[in-house]
Formats: sequence, structure tokens, C-alpha cells
Amino acid sequence: MTSAKTHRTAEEIGRTAVGPRPLPELGSQKAAADLSTVDTVLPNGLRVIAVRRATVPMVELRLRVPFADPAASSVGSAHSAQAEVLANTVLTGTASRSRVEIDTELALVGGELDAVVDPERLSFTGNALATGLGTVLDVLRDVLVNAAYPADELERESGRLVERISLARSQPNVIAREALQKLLYGDHPYAKEMPEADEVAAVTRDDVVALHRKALLPRGSVFVVVGDVDPAEAVAQVGEALSEWQGDGEAVQLPPLPPVSGGDVLLVHRAGAVQSQIRLAAQSIPRTDERYPALQLANLVYGGFFSSRLVENIREDKGYTYSARSHPEFTVHGATLLIDADTASDVTAAALLETRYELARLGMVPPSESEVDVARNYAVGTLLTSTSSQSGLASFVVNLVALGLGIDWLVAHPQRLQAVTPEQVAAAALEFFAPGNFTGVLVGDADQLKPKLSALGGVAFQ
Amino acid sequence: MASPELHRFTLPNGLRVVLAPDASAPVVGVSVHYDVGFRSEPEGRTGFAHLFEHLMFQGSESLEKLAHFRHVQSSGGTFNGSTHPDYTDYYQVLPSAALERALFLEADRMRAPKITDENLRNQIDVVKEEIRLNVLNRPYGGFPWILLPPVLFKTFANAHNGYGDFIDLESATVDNCAEFFDTYYSPANAVLTVAGDLDVETTKTLVEKHFGDVPARPKPERPSFAEPAPQGEVRQEHGDALAPLPAIAIGYRVPDPVTDIDGYLAYLVLAGVLTDGDSSRLQQRLVHQEGIVIDLNAGCGLFGPLEARDPDTFSITAIHTPEVPAEQVVAAIDEELQKLAQVPPSAEELAKVTARWASTMHKEHDRLTNRTLGLGSAELLFGRAELIYELPERIASVTVDEVSAAAKALRPDARALLLVKPTGGAQ
Repeated sequence: MTSAKTHRTAEEIGRTAVGPRPLPELGSQKAAADLSTVDTVLPNGLRVIAVRRATVPMVELRLRVPFADPAASSVGSAHSAQAEVLANTVLTGTASRSRVEIDTELALVGGELDAVVDPERLSFTGNALATGLGTVLDVLRDVLVNAAYPADELERESGRLVERISLARSQPNVIAREALQKLLYGDHPYAKEMPEADEVAAVTRDDVVALHRKALLPRGSVFVVVGDVDPAEAVAQVGEALSEWQGDGEAVQLPPLPPVSGGDVLLVHRAGAVQSQIRLAAQSIPRTDERYPALQLANLVYGGFFSSRLVENIREDKGYTYSARSHPEFTVHGATLLIDADTASDVTAAALLETRYELARLGMVPPSESEVDVARNYAVGTLLTSTSSQSGLASFVVNLVALGLGIDWLVAHPQRLQAVTPEQVAAAALEFFAPGNFTGVLVGDADQLKPKLSALGGVAFQ
Repeated sequence: MASPELHRFTLPNGLRVVLAPDASAPVVGVSVHYDVGFRSEPEGRTGFAHLFEHLMFQGSESLEKLAHFRHVQSSGGTFNGSTHPDYTDYYQVLPSAALERALFLEADRMRAPKITDENLRNQIDVVKEEIRLNVLNRPYGGFPWILLPPVLFKTFANAHNGYGDFIDLESATVDNCAEFFDTYYSPANAVLTVAGDLDVETTKTLVEKHFGDVPARPKPERPSFAEPAPQGEVRQEHGDALAPLPAIAIGYRVPDPVTDIDGYLAYLVLAGVLTDGDSSRLQQRLVHQEGIVIDLNAGCGLFGPLEARDPDTFSITAIHTPEVPAEQVVAAIDEELQKLAQVPPSAEELAKVTARWASTMHKEHDRLTNRTLGLGSAELLFGRAELIYELPERIASVTVDEVSAAAKALRPDARALLLVKPTGGAQ
């Protein structure tokens, strides 16, 4: 059947009379403006950092309170459940403000304030129109000093928390994350990212009030303000607002974690799954290690961005996945390297094979000078773009400071990246990306996966 | 933010260009919005607009496969693309030294994308993995953006799944791609936006240099996707074997945002009054007082407000406890809407919504990716990029009576009701 030609062929579309054109060179790059900052410690022990970034008339707030379980094991410890209930109820009322009044006051200055907890820390995140900074600080002060934990709010939020945990645990990535943390750290409190329903049900108001008094402490905590503010004035305002926040002792940091050692990938059965989660992990080094910049570039070349060997292999060449990546994860004392990929059941074993192959190849056929340059330019450039917004800068700074680093690290990091040689990247690749360093989990339908994974090897079945 | 300056011009080939200089950081955003989305897919070709978006990254006359990604990332930049009901966008955000490179990359694929069968087969596999990840292998996959439209709408254009059926995706051919490109990806059917650290005259010259010789092709006639609002309440149940809790989505029609933006914005404010923050009406009642809802949302547009032309959707979604029937949740929502219809909200309720929207817009504009894409979509859909800067004021001018009227218009006898039922049993 023929019809009137209404369009060109793909071949005709893909070429012009002029032919291929050269890629334009990069222009000259302006440096980012120097950051105007004040970094100080208040008499109550709270470290406060204020940064001026007046791009929009807003202010971003981040408060990080180290909030680790002081117990050696999560077995028999009520901390995880108590901390979750605290985070879900700390903003539900104070001695003088109801939950509705808190939200109303914040809303009228275009503000928001949220609290979340994880095994390392309790984090408050907020923002408002810059003119509303005083209001948000006053609400935060009131919550830190006078949180009332109304009994009815506590009961309802505990019930809701149980439902939200069941929602989270129905997500494959959460199933995989919990299985991985359990494999890596066993009963260490760091592995317990969510409590069980019966543990939540057992939490009393007295428990939460006691935990607040004992653990929600200014000393050891960090407060970051970024926005359309004068840093000195902002620090003074924070100091005045939060001077009432007092407490004995220091907020509890996560203790050092046991190192991750290599081993079989554990298959976790999920009946009827049409896709599998591959999650691998290995020990890595913190940002303060002198080898870190080389490791950062080696990670990019492996799977840290789109133009990486892993993505180009298992996505752009073989179509095994939509999302594959590798990334470092930092705790206050250490770091791990994580590899994530989600793949259809029938290609899962092949994707695991290629993932391991690329790990070995990174050491045996180290990143070329051009691969290193692409990764380096990406690392330097995205540092610039990711810190160009108030919220991006605030989050970046609080993460750094929580790991014991400061804004000076951020400012000096591009130079560190520039100085990395391909030899250093090759050394980092060989040392940290050896396949034998890695362990991990694979969540999927065991009935479909077992024959190929058994043949591939290096996989343990439950 | 000081009133930002915008510069616009149109190239002889019909490409509309918006420049939005802002020197606060040495970074620049470049985006191209094509005036075609998944509503334009023909029957039997579901998911094609999105699949084609993937192919636009697979090489062009001057760029072999993988080169686009490498050139953006080796310039220190980030990129992405996304497919919406009425448009498809592509962007790069980079250090400003790479501005010309980004223009070159966009121009090369607007002029001469290289579409091969090998890359098409590869990206069909990738898109299927994307659908498994976001829909098939997780609870509440496609809720509500894929599941609600077939309940609210009758025509194929408005009702079908924009991610596509595997059978349709697998049957796509290179010639389908060529026809789609020649029909819809003409420069006259696109808007180029450049925002951030740029010099206006230099950028204008660079735009002309790179896009000037993209051959002119006709701008396709955009069909009307209008269809009548539902007569009565249209109900549908959806079984979800992975969901632990039941959920509902209620869909209503909203005024045409292009011809009646202020009417549309009244619904946006209503959404805030209903569900934004602990002091909003439905949060207070359903989540905090009655404790029957776990998660609650309301809003205009299934991809966000002002992201589509007419017909667009107002939706309320709730994940609720299995102890209460869906009807109880729906009845409570109807009761709250009726209260608002009878007695308008207070001035303070509107002041809260207004201030939070002002903050939200500032935050959006502070992220260069969002600002660039917001300017481009506003120019494409409304012919007015500056709309994104006017929104806080327009939202603030919505009156309590207009919000009350919007609540009154959300009638039970002209809506879609989707009920998500967990079917996995106790696991």
C-alpha cells in the first residue's frame, strides 16, 4: 500500500547539506561570588552558620541534632520507635501553641517547618519569606523548649506512623534498603531505619518527653541559615531566639560502624516481582581522606553519572535498566560505596554479571585521561549548579558541617579535584572497586531468578 | 526578587525565543519546549511521545550516540527531558561558560536527529524498565496520573495512558519516529528559553548562529481536545496487589487555564484551603481529628498546576485506613466542600495560602532548572513567560467568594471517583 508522502525518511532527517558541525569550545567561566558567612558557637553549645544568598527574598533553615541510639544493639532498644514518635509529634503543640496555631503562624509568613529522624540524627528543615525569619525562629524555639506532646496527638500520630511504615515497606526500594542495612550491620542501631508496629504501640508520652529532655540537645548540634539575610544579624537573631534552648551533655553521635567486607549477594524473595533491585555495597573512605577526590572521580566513571561505564553498558547498550548508579554514602566516621540498579527479572542475572564486570574493569582498564577529565568537569560544574540555590546551598552546608567539614572545604574542593591525576584515579579504582570488596542484596522473584543466579555464582539464597 | 527582565524574539523559521538574564550565579539554563505531548498520540501508539523524547537523546547529525550526555556532563552540566499531556521539554543547566555548547546540542537535534532501529529497540527496553520501576513493580503505580484520566475522560486523547502499553511500544517503527518528528518537532512548534548568567546581545547572536538554519517547516494545527464534563458520578475500582491500604482519587474538571486563568487559580487556592498544612480543612478533619486518612493531597493538574491546556483536572487523593469505607472519606470531603460553598473561607485562610504560594514560587525561581522550565512552559502554553512572576499577585487577588464558588462547582454529579483496592491479601 502506498500513500502520498507526508514526511521525510529517518535517513533524510538525520543529515543536512552542511554535514556534521564542530562542537563549540567552552567560553571563559566566571567564578562564583565569595560567600559572606558567619560561623560561631552559641553559649548553649549550638553551632550556627549563616550564609548570605539573596537571590530570592527567602530564608532556608536547617537544624541537625545528632540523635543516635546510645545502645550497642537495636535488639531490645526502644530508641528507634521513641525517636520516630518524637519526630512525628514534636510540631503538634507547645505549652502556648496548638498544632493548628503553629501551622497558621508559619503559613502567614509563607513558612514551613518539618522534623524527620533517621538512625544518625533528628533534622528540622524550614523556610519562609525572609521577613518571617523571626516567626519561624520563635516557633522553633517554642518547640525545642516547650513541646507539649499532647496525648491525643501522640496517640493518633503513633497510629498513623504504623500505617506509614506499612506503606513504606510496600515499596521495593525500601524493602531492598532494609535488607541491605541488615546484611551490612546486623543488629547495629544504624541498620534500624524504621521501628516495628508493636514497638511504636509501646511508646508512651513519658518516654517521648524523657527522650526530648535527654537527647534533643544544643551542644553538638548544627544550625544553618541561608538566604536573603545579613549573616551577622541572622546569627544574632538565632542566638537570641535559641538561647533558651539548654540541656545537659552533648547530642549523641553515631558510633563508628563495623567495616563492610565483601561476600555473596543475598537473594531476598519477593513473590511476583516483575523487576529486581540490585543493591551492592563496599567500604569506602571519608571526604577528609587525601585519596577521596580520586575516589570521587573513580566513582563517577564507574556509575556516578549518566556518562559512566555502568550506565552506558547496562542501560544505553543493553537496555537492562532505566536507573543504575553508584554513589558514596557518608556517616560521621566513615563511608560506603553503594551501587543500585533495578532490572527486569529475565535480565537480572545478566545485569549483575555486567555490574561485576565493570567493577573489575575499572581496576584492570583504569579510566583514561579523557574519562577522568569528563568526570572532573562534571564534579566541579555540578558543585556550582547544586549550590546556586538557597535550598541547595543550605542542604549542602549542613551535610558538610555535620560530617565535621566546613564551607572552606566546599570552596577549596574544585582545586582538589583539579589536582587529581589519572594515576591516582587508577589507584583508587583498583583499591576500592575490586569486585571482591562488595557484598549486597538482590530483591526479586526467586523462582524466576534462581536458575541463572545459581549458574552465575556469588549469590546466597535464603 | 526585582522584576526580572525578559527578552523575546522569533527567528525566521518560527522558533520563539525567551531570554531571562540573571547574574546572581555563574550558571545558565537552556530549555526547548515542543508543543506536542501524549494527548497528541494516535490510537495504537500509546506512550509514543515519551518514547520519542528518549530518542532525542540518542544522537544527531553532529553527535554520535552517547555524545549528548558526555558533552553536557563534561561541561559540568545536568540535563533531562520530560513528556507532559500537552508538551515535551528538554533542558541543560550548566556553568555559563558552556552556554554556546548547550545551544549547539539543542539545535543539532532540532535540525537533524539520527533515528536508528538499533537505538529505537534499545530505548523501548529502557522505557519498559522505566514503566516497571514507576508503575508495575510498586504499590500505587500511576496513581493518580495514569489511573484517573480514563475515569474522568471519554476520548482517547484525554483518557489514555501516557506511558503506553508494552504492545504499542514494541510495535513502534523508525518510520513512525520520522513522521512524528517531521509533524511536531518543527522550529515553529517550539520555544527556546535561556535563563541565568547571560549577555542578551551575545546570546541572541549565538541563538541565530545555531538555530537560524534549522529548516522551517509548518507549525502543525493543534486540535481541540475538548470534551464534555462527566454526566453524573463515574466510578471505577482498581485492584492493586502491592498496595497495603485502600486509596481514593476524585477528579473534577476545572476552567480552561488559557482563557480563564483567574477562574482556574481560584481552584488552586481552594486546594490550599483544603489540604495545605496542618491547619487546612481536610488535614485537620480527616488526618488529625478523625484519623481515617494517612496521606492527603489536592491540586490542579495531574502534573502540577498550569502544566496543561484545557481540559485539565482538579483532583483530591487520599490513602485511608482499611477500617473505614471509601464512601465515608468521600462523604466527609463532600461535606467540607459544601461548607465552603455555603460560607466562604476566612480572609486568614486565604492569606495563609497566598503567603505559602509566594514562598513556593520564590523557591521555584531560585532553582535555575525550575525557573528555565517554568518560563518555557508559560510561554508555550499561555504565550506569556512573565506569568510565572505574576502568579503570587494573581493568587493573592483571588477572593473568598471565588473560592466558595469553586467549592460549589466541585459537584458529586459531575466527577470521577477512582477506588484503589488492595488485592494482595495479608503478606
